[in-house]
Amino acid sequence: MSLNSHMNVLDFTLLSLLRRKFKNFGIVLVFTLIVFITGSILFLSYSFKREALLILKGSPELIVQRMSAGRQELIPVDRAKEISALPGVSGVEPRYWGYYYDLLVKANYTILASSGSLSAGNRLLQGRLPGPEEKGVAAVGRGVAKARFIDIGSTISLVSSAGDAMDFDVVGIFESDSELLTADLIVLGRPDVIRLFRMPPYMATDLAVTVRNETEAPVIAGKVRSRFPDTRPILRKEIIRTYDAVFGWRSGLILTLFAGALVAFIILAWDKATGLSAEEKKEIGILKAIGWETSDIIEMKFWEGLVISLSSFLLGIILAYVHVYFFGASVFAPALKGWSVIYPDFRLAPFIDPYQIAMLMALTVIPYIASTIIPSWKAAITDPDEVVRG
Amino acid sequence: MFMQPGIIALLLGSGITLVLLAYASFLGVKIWRNWDIGSNSEAQLALERKTYLVSTLVKYGLLFEIISVFLFIYTADDLHNLLVGAMCATGSLNANSFGFPALYAKIAVLFLAAGWIALDSLDSKAEDYPLTKKKYKLLLLMIPFVIAGYVLQIKYFGGIDPNVITSCCGVLFSEGGTGVGSSLASLPVHPTEVVFYSLFMIIFFVGVIALKSGRKLFMVLLAFLSAFFFFVSIAAIVSFISLYFYQIPTHHCPFDILQAGYYYAGYPLYVSLFAGSFFGTMAGVIQPLGRIKTLSAIIPAVQRRWTFIALAALTVFVLITLIPIVFSPFTLEGY
Repeated sequence: MSLNSHMNVLDFTLLSLLRRKFKNFGIVLVFTLIVFITGSILFLSYSFKREALLILKGSPELIVQRMSAGRQELIPVDRAKEISALPGVSGVEPRYWGYYYDLLVKANYTILASSGSLSAGNRLLQGRLPGPEEKGVAAVGRGVAKARFIDIGSTISLVSSAGDAMDFDVVGIFESDSELLTADLIVLGRPDVIRLFRMPPYMATDLAVTVRNETEAPVIAGKVRSRFPDTRPILRKEIIRTYDAVFGWRSGLILTLFAGALVAFIILAWDKATGLSAEEKKEIGILKAIGWETSDIIEMKFWEGLVISLSSFLLGIILAYVHVYFFGASVFAPALKGWSVIYPDFRLAPFIDPYQIAMLMALTVIPYIASTIIPSWKAAITDPDEVVRG
Repeated sequence: MFMQPGIIALLLGSGITLVLLAYASFLGVKIWRNWDIGSNSEAQLALERKTYLVSTLVKYGLLFEIISVFLFIYTADDLHNLLVGAMCATGSLNANSFGFPALYAKIAVLFLAAGWIALDSLDSKAEDYPLTKKKYKLLLLMIPFVIAGYVLQIKYFGGIDPNVITSCCGVLFSEGGTGVGSSLASLPVHPTEVVFYSLFMIIFFVGVIALKSGRKLFMVLLAFLSAFFFFVSIAAIVSFISLYFYQIPTHHCPFDILQAGYYYAGYPLYVSLFAGSFFGTMAGVIQPLGRIKTLSAIIPAVQRRWTFIALAALTVFVLITLIPIVFSPFTLEGY
């Protein structure tokens, strides 16, 4: 058959679909909804993965924590010296941080001591960061600022582990670009963090180790562990792997829960394709009577399926795109990102690749088309005289 | 390890392909056993109608299989983040011994299904459907590959154990795992270059002669050379073509060229290679069918068309491989 006759069949199919707008409208609607839901889940989880990857790129290659009785403990600062003497290590920085529960707004803050490496990347800041040894000043994230109604120049009061109130002048607020990282963050000078949490002298929360060549990081981690058997070195690569697995696992779980809806959709498609109206049967009968072959009718049914599935697919993807990247995936985000009082309000960077499209195709278009093959064939082999005679 | 969305999609999509093709071959056996073109019985009429269903099923099966091959590669690529030592899809596929065999089975199904559709279209051109019995035998040959692809894929994903942080100790896990081979064994660059480009020149001349003369010998020769060229090309992609695309002398991955970072160059590359070697091989494979009376008038024209498509596609393929070699500043002369 020439290209022209294929075009004619397609043309005829489009006209006949338009004639039966309402019957096909239902299937397009449900199909679009299915693609929209699956698409939202996939776009969201892949954007999260990407975001996590981008953020973790800036984190140290190796973090050394001390463990005691299976729990994380403070680590003596003098270990930093020994670790930095290991070949391949370019720097070790003790980090002082912790979580603070604010009774007033019933939310957790992350408290972090200011340090050299933190201020090196402070482009995100409005105002300034406290100096590493500065006392009585703080920089806060937007989420904290909003929850406590504070601005640059006002004070924020925190209760220390000893029970006395500590006041800090707010000198900086993190900008919204970094909201994912900084929404619940409060940065203080090191002496203030130590006083707030009553940390013993010469102890830090953990050690951030920078390594010159990242492929050497596992070896260095092994050396750290053999020198200090009570430590837990965590590689940046392992954190990335874990995030990847968790987001993949969560979205897989939601998709599995959603499988019932998918099956219902396939049954609907099967049912719609089987239940030909008398009018449609008559149409096929007449087409065959005027010389259409069985293969032409099958081709017409193929175009019909393609037109319906591609329009629903595109519509569903566009809706999912708008939902995820313009409205922050308000429907599915809680299941994927978790819950919190102070939650970063961020816009995800759009990220779509052929992988997601192929996944969506396999989850929606393939089952739809497969479920219509046999009904289409049944319709195509109808005898013309049978139907026309009625 | 089945909870990744890519794996769920893959198991569903290729599961449907499996069902379609299994049903098609079930019908195929029925047709094969009872086919009698001379009969006017009701049963023969029903069988003739069923042939339409079988062709439709296989056509959709091929379409879905194409999606599933790409999805398989993408999923393997996506999994490399979860595995210690894996840098791209090659590393993930090496994670256990089922990865590459699953891919090979899928590619075999791709070629067999395409070959079946080509025979089917040829068959429907003749008035007495002379190839029907042969066709349905071939369908039965395809089924083991489809099943093998599916089972190997399940085994492969089932065997993958992501190396994530455990609560006892982060790093021992990475150290304890042996890691996976993240690269493929590759042939030396310079000899492969010579073999690859000279083989293409030979195919091109044989093809042109076959096109001009339509002689049987050249058609068969073209078939063997095209099939051989497919394997040589894959070896060449691993050995040097991909290196030129990545501009890294050590990254022998045949899959990364499918990514956006390399302008999706892998898609036209593989499509032209598959199409070229497929049509080149088919042009010779159908040569013996010329003896069938009702087909003898049709075969030469079809052969000529397929040879032309094969030559055009392979030329496009070779031109694509030349783009980075000629235009990028990268060179492998020292290797």
